[in-house]
Amino acid sequence: MKSLMLTLTRGALAAALTACGVASAFAADLKVGLSVSLSGPNSSLGVPYAKGMQAALAYKPEVNGRKVQLIVLDDGSDPTTAGRNARKLIEEDKVDVLMGTSGVPAAIAMAQVGKEAKVPMIGLTPILLDASENPWVMTVAQPTQLMIDAVVERMKRNNVKTVGYIGFTDAWGDLVYNALMKAAPEAGIKVVSNERYARADASVTGQVLKIVALRPDAVMTGGAGTPGALPFLALQERGYKGGVYGQHGLINPDFVRVVAASGQNALMPTGPVIVAEQLPDDHPTKKIATDFRAVFQKVNNAPTGDAFSAYSFDGWLVFADAASRAMKKAEPGTAEFRVALRDAIFSTKEVVGTHGVYSFKPGSLYGVDERARVIVKLDNGQWKLAP
Amino acid sequence: MTWDVALILVTDGLANGAVYLLAGLGLVLIFSVTRVVFVPFGDIAAFAALSLAAFETGRVPPTIGMVAVLAALALATEIGSLLRRGESARVPKALLMWGVLPAIPCLLAWLAARPGVPVAVHIAVAVLLVVPIAPLLARVVFQPIADASVLVLLIVSLALHFLLSGLGLLFFGPEGSRTTPLTSAVFTLGDGFTVSGQVVLMVGAAIVLSGLFFLVFERTVAGKALRATAVNRVGARLVGIRPVRTALLAYGCASLLAGLIGVLIAPVTTMYYDSGFIIGLKAFVAAIIGGLVSYPMTAVGALAVGVVESFASFWSGALKDVIVFSLLIPVLMLRSFMAAHSEEEEDEVEQ
Repeated sequence: MKSLMLTLTRGALAAALTACGVASAFAADLKVGLSVSLSGPNSSLGVPYAKGMQAALAYKPEVNGRKVQLIVLDDGSDPTTAGRNARKLIEEDKVDVLMGTSGVPAAIAMAQVGKEAKVPMIGLTPILLDASENPWVMTVAQPTQLMIDAVVERMKRNNVKTVGYIGFTDAWGDLVYNALMKAAPEAGIKVVSNERYARADASVTGQVLKIVALRPDAVMTGGAGTPGALPFLALQERGYKGGVYGQHGLINPDFVRVVAASGQNALMPTGPVIVAEQLPDDHPTKKIATDFRAVFQKVNNAPTGDAFSAYSFDGWLVFADAASRAMKKAEPGTAEFRVALRDAIFSTKEVVGTHGVYSFKPGSLYGVDERARVIVKLDNGQWKLAP
Repeated sequence: MTWDVALILVTDGLANGAVYLLAGLGLVLIFSVTRVVFVPFGDIAAFAALSLAAFETGRVPPTIGMVAVLAALALATEIGSLLRRGESARVPKALLMWGVLPAIPCLLAWLAARPGVPVAVHIAVAVLLVVPIAPLLARVVFQPIADASVLVLLIVSLALHFLLSGLGLLFFGPEGSRTTPLTSAVFTLGDGFTVSGQVVLMVGAAIVLSGLFFLVFERTVAGKALRATAVNRVGARLVGIRPVRTALLAYGCASLLAGLIGVLIAPVTTMYYDSGFIIGLKAFVAAIIGGLVSYPMTAVGALAVGVVESFASFWSGALKDVIVFSLLIPVLMLRSFMAAHSEEEEDEVEQ
């Protein structure tokens, strides 16, 4: 009996040691920690982000012959949980880079943790932070201003003189409004209203009545996902005849399904990936965008129609490019590697992604230029390039 | 603000108020009979709406699976408790009640998911499909703890809400849905003021259903039994009313109301897996105005909540819900000054 116990103990010990060995072998590989909103109000964006990341993993599973491990956590659309996830990813999983998330406040929470722990973070949303104080974070999303500038240019071309604004009560509504307020006066356009609604609201009749009473030439909406369809529906119901403009937060197949005919002819900016097949052949991002569509279809068994999964894909491309350079300087899994990776990301030059061409430099969170935006028109439920 | 803007806001508010009215009636009904603040009420409405949306997109609503699993759970609980009490002779009846009865709407829904079924059938089946949910939940969760304190019941009911909305997310995904309007009629009143047929339908349904409620409570034996249980559970038991049965009846009625709310509002608001909660919460404000016992006061409260909400969204969209929920403070203060609170607490101590 005693010898049996001894054998069992030895066996268990050996198994434990082997397990440790396996774990350390894993630790030498690259680790990416992704925290996204798989549940909660932001999950309409978070789920595509996660799917896009799986596609990216399938597209480029290795960097310089080293396997990349992806760890995905759900933040439940809550910034506190996102911060906690970031801490967990860094301390328990020892990730080399953080990526996330679908909400701007949650992404900021993650970036703060990354900054404290000195782990680089590739944001997938337009994070609003002071770049000089946050040298560990950058984002692949287009700056809101770049996108809204395109909308305001289009308004000017369409002879819009006054515009009403209706958007979310949260940070996204503020971001769009502030960008609009910055660009519109320069283009000679007057913003006449600042109406807000919550994502969970059932109706915006009150707000829309107020806007319609002011008779603006156009209405700009600052919403995202399916809740972003509400102003379009209410404006249609009130018989509003002017142009309705959106922004890139609305580029989502579910938005198209819910807004239905009320969104006809709505104009909004987006990354070129949405209309990849309509782009001219010499467009820099056309080829990679087509590749992305193919790999996404293969991994998720469904086509992409949203802009969010493509951000994840671009984040991965930027990471893979930087990691291949950083690996020459340090071994993955170490603090030196994380510094090298950060420096490598900030010296990214002309990495072609699906949304744009990325070139990061220290002192700026963003890495895209005018090549990362097009204006699209919603036409019978399809996005059409509106050159 | 001009008169026509005010009119539009009032109609919008009344349409919303009609929905809160129906939800409020359901909440008051369940609370007065069972002392449960039934938080998952709104979730059931959302399930009805999303099931209808699933029918419209040609999918089999996953609600079927949920009802079937709930029925199996309820059946197991019932048979278990029967066997424990040595009443195995009643097992066949339990099989019929908890196994066969809930399976009927599931089967109907499964059949209705085929192509070419008219919209009216879809609507009826979507409502029928959610009717068993509340009674089944009650059998599995609330019946074993029927004598617990109001607070315990409330906590359990809140936990159920989170369970249901989580299942809703799993079944229907994070994005919202809208269904095609039941009617596309538009009525024009005076100069250019229009009311959509859907709004008329919502208000009409609220009026008809509250009328039906009144008749059932005043004229039928079942309704009188419900009222008796609401007034005094112990007394009702003494005169031969079985609280378990009246509770199930109340849950069934409330579930039916929730289903009707779901299909009525699905065409005018985008329904998400979790939008039931906010409907339930506003109906709760209305029910509180009625002191969780009075149907007419709940109706008045519901319409007030709807209209206040609509005007608040005009004045300050961002603070809309703050204004609506602030209604609770003066109402609660007034009620606590006026109420004679003694009976409820004594009842609980005795049990």
